[in-house]
Amino acid sequence: MTVNELAEKLGLERVFVAEPDRIIEGAYAGDLLSWVMGRAKPGNCWVTIMTNVNTLAVASLLDLSCIIICENSEIGAELSDAASAKGLNLLRTGMNEFEACAALSRLL
Amino acid sequence: MSEQNECLTYSFEVDGENFTSAGEASVQVKRILRRIGFDPETIKRVSIAMYEGEINMVIHAGGGVAELFVYEDKIVMKLTDHGPGIADVSLAMQEGFSTAPDNIRSLGFGAGMGLPNMKRYTDEMVIDTKLGEGTTITMTVNV
Repeated sequence: MTVNELAEKLGLERVFVAEPDRIIEGAYAGDLLSWVMGRAKPGNCWVTIMTNVNTLAVASLLDLSCIIICENSEIGAELSDAASAKGLNLLRTGMNEFEACAALSRLL
Repeated sequence: MSEQNECLTYSFEVDGENFTSAGEASVQVKRILRRIGFDPETIKRVSIAMYEGEINMVIHAGGGVAELFVYEDKIVMKLTDHGPGIADVSLAMQEGFSTAPDNIRSLGFGAGMGLPNMKRYTDEMVIDTKLGEGTTITMTVNV
């Protein structure tokens, strides 16, 4: 499934989408950056509430397919600018992490 | 950049005051290694180890210097700081152990995975630390 199809099916807000056709390969949920850094896999969709710019550094270094920010956690201009600069896919939803993961597990 | 002993050498200042720019060295390292033509897995391992090291220097040591030495068969990273040093290295190497303060944890750091990740993503890691003087961590990724 592509990032674009996922955003469509789950009604996710497209904060910034650099690669709409990027294929999603599995998912990972977590808010502790180094924990995610040690365990998430390239291509994963990352479900989190963290919205500081270091979130994007983790996604970029791991080559994640997209980030889903949950609970409509506030996204500053710095974050969306950085997503655009790094060419990352940044999505947002009102769902909490459990709800987002449950929805993802039905699709992936 | 200079060529010495058949290796390419790069050096980066890590700003201890700025969390937003933390990770700049690893982004540059990623770019350099990609340009040289290393495989994606090697680039990922080096840049993750470098990122964790940088973050550690910002959280614990007020910044430092990150150096990269690129050889034909290996990539070596040397991270030097003049922070407080690590009191108990074996404890610091345990997953989940962290001395990061609350304000750092609120940014999503302090999982106690920094040093374990650096070890996990490299082939060799040597920690040279002295209380009150600082820490030098040397990591090697074989190509």
